[in-house]
Amino acid sequence: MDGNRNNSSSIRQMIKDNKSKRSRSALTEKTMPKLFLACAIISILTTVGIVFTLLAETFTFFERVSIVEFVTNKHWFPFTGEEHADYGIIALVAGTLTVTAIAMAVAIPVGLAAAIYLSEYASAKTRKIIKPILEVLAGVPTIVYGFFALTFVTPLLKEFIPTLKIFNALSPGIVVGIMIIPMIASLSEDAMNAVPNSMREGALALGATKFEVAIKVVLPAALSGVIASFVLGISRAIGETMIVTIAGGSRPTSDINVTESIQTMTAYIVQVSQGDAGFGTTIYYSIYAVGMTLFLFTLIMNLLAQFISRRFREEY
Amino acid sequence: MMEVTINHKNVKKENVKKENVQDAPAAFKVNNLNLWYGQDHALKDIKFDIPEKQVTAIIGPSGCGKSTFIKTLNRMVEMVPIVRMSGEIIYRDRNIFDSKYSVEELRTQVGMVFQKPNPFPKSIYENIAYGPKIHGIKNKKVLDEVVEKSLRGAAIWDEVKDRLHENAFGLSGGQQQRICIARCLAIEPDVILMDEPTSALDPISTLKVEELVQELKKEYSIVIVTHNMQQAARISDRTAFFLNGEVVEYTDTSTLFSNPSDKRTEDYITGRFG
Ligand SMILES: Nc1ncnc2c1ncn2[C@@H]1O[C@H](COP(=O)(O)OP(=O)(O)OP(=O)(O)O)[C@@H](O)[C@H]1O
Ligand SMILES: [Mg+2]
Repeated sequence: MDGNRNNSSSIRQMIKDNKSKRSRSALTEKTMPKLFLACAIISILTTVGIVFTLLAETFTFFERVSIVEFVTNKHWFPFTGEEHADYGIIALVAGTLTVTAIAMAVAIPVGLAAAIYLSEYASAKTRKIIKPILEVLAGVPTIVYGFFALTFVTPLLKEFIPTLKIFNALSPGIVVGIMIIPMIASLSEDAMNAVPNSMREGALALGATKFEVAIKVVLPAALSGVIASFVLGISRAIGETMIVTIAGGSRPTSDINVTESIQTMTAYIVQVSQGDAGFGTTIYYSIYAVGMTLFLFTLIMNLLAQFISRRFREEY
Repeated sequence: MMEVTINHKNVKKENVKKENVQDAPAAFKVNNLNLWYGQDHALKDIKFDIPEKQVTAIIGPSGCGKSTFIKTLNRMVEMVPIVRMSGEIIYRDRNIFDSKYSVEELRTQVGMVFQKPNPFPKSIYENIAYGPKIHGIKNKKVLDEVVEKSLRGAAIWDEVKDRLHENAFGLSGGQQQRICIARCLAIEPDVILMDEPTSALDPISTLKVEELVQELKKEYSIVIVTHNMQQAARISDRTAFFLNGEVVEYTDTSTLFSNPSDKRTEDYITGRFG
């Protein structure tokens, strides 16, 4: 008892001493928040700056090409000379959406199944091993995936689809999907893991099988997080650049055929940035208009993801 | 002590029937049940018969194995990966550990109500219909009837009949617990296990659940874990006193509280330890 009291009074003393030391470092307390604020402002300003440049150059583009043509023309042929050039974003959007659709067709079922396995079936030990692996996979540079698409997946697919072109939509679509699987698996697993165990017990005690618990209790309860992960996946697929540039080709078209070469918005921007389109040409400005479109697409997707996870958040 | 004695009067009124307790057919027969959490020997040589259509209460200090024991009866305890068991649990002439006897089938017959109300994040209606639905009942009319019947059975129909399609999370804790009882009734089990079903509830809700238990025992065999000895005395026909993973005493509720044969039981119910 006595020892206890001594102990606690000495702790009290230590805290007192430390407190006086802390007041000496009050300068840090005052300056640090200002530093943090400065960093926050810098990051916001750069973002605003980027969007502003994007907007300014986009306006210049629309002084030369009408916005109506931009959204209604089905052809995108900027390299045929100023007079004959076609600037119809539909062709690039079609390429982007095709790749995205293929990617999601791969990533959603596989990612979701992996998430269900990890959260409902895997032992704590397995989960501890697999989760970090997923996170590492999510960090593989996309150029690696691009080469994987071109040199492995495309030849493999050609075995089954002889008409498949070297550059096509299918192969990069599948590989973008593979790239997104870890992200969907990991985010969905987080959402499903957040569902309290008492809910699983409630269902199991009614004679539900593990599968029924996963599908009819856990998944619905985690739905907002799961859907948000899909939407983020879509956003990621839309913005994916390297894989589609390497394996998708550079033939913008609105006629979707997954075995043929296509071009996505991102791949077009790469093509022009790499090429020698002179500063001030319409082609030069066109990448800003395409960039703006891309930005709008991903912005909408990200807002949607946020909206979904807020709107449908479950209160356990 | 005082209150316990007072409550004996209530219990004794039913005593006429008590003579039959031993003769009542058993829903469960537990023999030589041992259970370990890793190295921790949590249940030791349990022998325990659970009579049908009666209320069996389990009391005992914290950590003595009450929850562990009732969770063996529907095999929920096996969710803990480190659990090992030996012995025999016979439910209605079938060994529940028999590989031909699926846990799903067992749990359809042996329902459970948990300490903390755990409704699903769904509407009240969907909560109740969940059990029948997973067991293949799809007919809307049948489901409507089951929902109403179960909610009435759990004495909560009048409170929720106008808001069946609202989220069950919007209800009070006491109402949620009765929703969970209704959810359990919806698949018409034979035995209902209750692990401290009123410990998270206020006195009024507790009273409602206790009255409900009295009502339910007409049709169901009920095992209830409770820390509240008055509650055990009020609502149960038989009471078991658990200590350190062993059944110290298991007999008529009235006998256990008025004339315990084991010194340790007496100490516990008079509040001298535990
Ligand atoms: N999941 C688990 N893993 C390891 N040991 C456990 C686990 N659950 C319970 N135990 C141990 O088993 C013993 C019995 O626990 P149990 O939960 O059955 O007690 P209880 O009588 O229900 O207690 P309470 O009245 O506090 O609910 C305790 O010693 C406890 O530490
Ligand atoms: Mg317990």
